[in-house]
Amino acid sequence: MTPLLSIDDLTVQLSVEGDLRTVLHGVSLEISAGEAVGLVGESGSGKSMTARAVSRILPSGAVTFGSISFDGRDVSALRGGALRQYRGEVAMIFQDPRAHTNPVRTIGDFMTEALRTNRGVPGVEARRRAAALLEEVGITEGDRRLRQHPHELSSGMLQRVMIATALLTEPRLLLADEPTTALDVTTQAEVMAILDDLRRERGLALLFITHDLELAGAVCDRTAVMYAGQIVEVQAAGTLHDRPRHPYTAALVAARPRIDAMATRLAAIPGRPLSAFEAPAGCAFATRCLHVQDRCREARPALRPLGDGVVRCIRAEELVGV
Amino acid sequence: MSEAVLVVTDLRKEYGTLVAVDDVSFRVESGRSLAIVGESGSGKTTVARMIIGLERATAGTIRALGRDRSTPARAGGERRRRGAEVQIVFQDPYSSLDPRQTIADAISEVLRLHGGQQTVGELCELVGLDERQSRALPRNLSGGQRQRVAIARALAAEPRVLILDESVAALDVSIQAQVLNLLADIRAETGVSYVLISHDLAVVRQLTDDCVVMQHGRIVERGPTGQVLDHPAEAYTQLLRASVPGPGWKPVRRVRV
Repeated sequence: MTPLLSIDDLTVQLSVEGDLRTVLHGVSLEISAGEAVGLVGESGSGKSMTARAVSRILPSGAVTFGSISFDGRDVSALRGGALRQYRGEVAMIFQDPRAHTNPVRTIGDFMTEALRTNRGVPGVEARRRAAALLEEVGITEGDRRLRQHPHELSSGMLQRVMIATALLTEPRLLLADEPTTALDVTTQAEVMAILDDLRRERGLALLFITHDLELAGAVCDRTAVMYAGQIVEVQAAGTLHDRPRHPYTAALVAARPRIDAMATRLAAIPGRPLSAFEAPAGCAFATRCLHVQDRCREARPALRPLGDGVVRCIRAEELVGV
Repeated sequence: MSEAVLVVTDLRKEYGTLVAVDDVSFRVESGRSLAIVGESGSGKTTVARMIIGLERATAGTIRALGRDRSTPARAGGERRRRGAEVQIVFQDPYSSLDPRQTIADAISEVLRLHGGQQTVGELCELVGLDERQSRALPRNLSGGQRQRVAIARALAAEPRVLILDESVAALDVSIQAQVLNLLADIRAETGVSYVLISHDLAVVRQLTDDCVVMQHGRIVERGPTGQVLDHPAEAYTQLLRASVPGPGWKPVRRVRV
């Protein structure tokens, strides 16, 4: 079966004060129709940039290598009407819903804009569909909500509006960039449950970006871990937390405090997360890895198959269970 | 009973008709740490702001080291004395430092004001900042490093109580672990008490002895942190606990709005 989305050896460089800086380095990832893939990493690891590359909203002046294909189409070659069509098939939601709405426009205007302008759907019909989708994400009195403005809604409710809006064009892939990070924990559980339901009902594929390994583990089929602009490990989401194969994943799991027991000392990772352009020539994690050897610094390890997943560490087999 | 460093009694804060904090009481014993747990709008940050004097309580009393601080300080001397009793570290390490002041200057300013016995170098070493970083401006430091500066600056006043208002919430997991270990070390070394304002139950577990859970301005549950998290008695605490993702966790839809 061909995957719905296929990212192959993607490298992205951004122009910073006249210099080209690498932010993604050789990212390869596939998502099948209806599959949920988590993309986990710390700040600067490149997870948001990966999603931006997929939805073709990279900053201007970005240089890309490698390829992204969606349903067999080369995403980088899409122009005009084909690109608008693609953006209906691949929708995106963001961390801060308030920053992505216009405060002086009504919820109804915001929700139906893409349908009216890109799809030529009449306003009355677009509002009917919008109200129906609000119902699906658990917001009652849709007609009244459509007349309200963003400031009249709580952040949790506004994020549900964003999800409903993303679904209006009936996408096949949803890119969700930290959609619950700014929400309270009880609201986060609710929003995740809605995403999970909608995904199953509609056969929607999901790229779920988060810094929370356990959240990704709970709602995704597979999890990819990123560090310094590279994917360092991909495996089944359910087993990643208990059986990490890359030393960085293991270190992330160990560093997080536990809710069920107090640690005498947290296993902090020395140093700070690196961006791709700062990463050393060999293994990007070598400067912080507890298990580093000279040969780790010699060449950048390839992303290679191991078990049901892939890992970018030459010592992965020796380190199992260490 | 040991001496309490902070005693809050029947605290209330009204904004017009809205009651933000309603009948809140707790005490922090010397060297122990208390968490105030809650979601947005629970009133937890308003409590912190009243303790450090950024807001005036509508009713109730706040006492630190046996001295009342329920009403605003009238004179500079009194304000400084209160500053030496209770300090605060905010959530956002990017907006809590003067962008034009070097790290060393930011710390020495507090030392000068409070006549602190430590040196800038000692404080930097305590929080794990090196010589080069102490000469830098805030914009040249990462979020984790800036939060260390904010902690060093608060400790320069040699407070007995340090309020941590979501102080590790914005940090990356690997950096958060470093700062949590640092806070544990500082507490062991100086005997300072923490009041941790947080929504993150795992961080609460790691750093505090006791906790109070707030909802809609009121305390709904209190007790030793381990007991409250392992055996929450109130429905709201149970909901908070059940909302944290972990092994076997499945999000469940519950409300329609």
